Amino acid sequence: MVTIGKRPSVSLFAIRPMLGVMLRQFYLYRRSLPRWMEIFYWPLLDLLVWGFLTLYLRQGSLIASHAVYSLLGALLLWDMLYRSQQSISMVFLEEIWSKNLYHLLVSPLTPYHVIFGAILTGILKVSLSSGLAIFLAYHFFSFSLFSIGLSLVPFVLALLCMGWALGILTTALILRFGQEAEVLAWGVIFLFQPVSAVFNPVSVLPPAFRDIAMFVPASHVFEGMRQVVNGGGFPGEQLMVAFFLDACYLLIALGVFGWVMARARREGFSLKLGA
Amino acid sequence: MSGTTEKVLEARDIGKAFMGGSRIALGGVSLELFRGEILSIVGPNGAGKSTLIQILLGLLRPDSGSLNILGVDATRHRRLIAHRINYASTDLSLPYSLTVLENLRVYSLIYNLCDWESRVHSLLSDFGLSAIANRRVGSLSTGQVAKLGIAKALLTEPEILFLDEPTATLDPEVSAHLREFLRKRVLDTGMSLLYTSHNMREVERLSDRIILLGGGKIIKEGVIEDLLKNDSASDLEALFLDTVRKTASW
Repeated sequence: MVTIGKRPSVSLFAIRPMLGVMLRQFYLYRRSLPRWMEIFYWPLLDLLVWGFLTLYLRQGSLIASHAVYSLLGALLLWDMLYRSQQSISMVFLEEIWSKNLYHLLVSPLTPYHVIFGAILTGILKVSLSSGLAIFLAYHFFSFSLFSIGLSLVPFVLALLCMGWALGILTTALILRFGQEAEVLAWGVIFLFQPVSAVFNPVSVLPPAFRDIAMFVPASHVFEGMRQVVNGGGFPGEQLMVAFFLDACYLLIALGVFGWVMARARREGFSLKLGA
Repeated sequence: MSGTTEKVLEARDIGKAFMGGSRIALGGVSLELFRGEILSIVGPNGAGKSTLIQILLGLLRPDSGSLNILGVDATRHRRLIAHRINYASTDLSLPYSLTVLENLRVYSLIYNLCDWESRVHSLLSDFGLSAIANRRVGSLSTGQVAKLGIAKALLTEPEILFLDEPTATLDPEVSAHLREFLRKRVLDTGMSLLYTSHNMREVERLSDRIILLGGGKIIKEGVIEDLLKNDSASDLEALFLDTVRKTASW
């Protein structure tokens, strides 16, 4: 009898399992037109609608040109936030829909491998989707997101972090409540939109919303963006607050996710998870 | 019995209740699995088979008892042995949009396998899946998906393989082929196999030993020939029906 050789366990930091998560997503997208449309369709339509509006506003000199620029810049950045949140939730949803989640749970993968693989996949998706939108915004509406300058890098990073935190939180809720909660994957981000000051300054919000906006990382990013566009210099303070809030959001999201996983191991994974 | 005396799995007094303790799923189940052994767990619906399998796989934490798999406390350190066990169930599938080959390639990465290509092609050939290697899982028959699930589980050359009703969706000929294949695999590699089934004839043909679960407890356990002799039963199905009827609460 030949005894099977013992292999080393899969480390928490092993790259290949994360590549497995990414390769699965690559295969999924490779031959699925609807999934490609999901990456390009909505950002493109949003860009056209808002781009035409800015053309109109600029023609009539109805508002200052920097305000017009803010609209398109805000749109492009908001889409990055939305995509990063969705990229995490969708990876888990795809596994639930295809009745594959149990296989992953039994494997040496930890949920954190999956989350990290989803984040890397999400970065690629955001790059593709935003890359095209930025290119079109420049060619059709003469708006360059890069005119924001170096501040753009921390803006994007702060928004991606918020998106990841919301994605992890949404996923935790889906794992807790089953597929009935999957609507959160699309809806939860829009709960934050009114208090994110995406297209308008925080100052125009009603007092209660203004107070809430203080605790939303995106509102500080968009305020910072307006500060740069209006020539107010690098928004260091806004960014520091945004990153601090991001860290809090990520910690809370990971805490909730860990709690949901521990609870699931105690009470069983929801039968509504496609198993 | 083909197994050795080396224990690869030892569960002691495993207890599990749900709904705040009001529904007892397992009431102190103890079992052992030896290297190179084929152990079947049978029982009526609601007997606790799925709960037990989920606990053995580490998906569910027992309320009481201990679980040692491959020398590791599996309730606390499941990750240390997760790459040495594997699982397939007819209730599960693999991503529909991916082809057979792509699925196996993805799982090779997930399990951190380096020499995946030769293993994959050998398994495709063993399971008669070579001709459909480039077909999407969504276009396969239920039986082909079940075979792919088992191929995926064997990809990692597990030391313990858990199968949940592996032949439930297979026709008799394919089931017979799978039984032969699994038996040979166990003999050749020393893999231990723990599986659940409602097909008593299959259990009789494949298993070294069986455990009959009922109401969350082990009702009978042992080598099939001994159990049949002790109960003067003609076959396992008769023994199963007789035992279940005696112990059923309805």
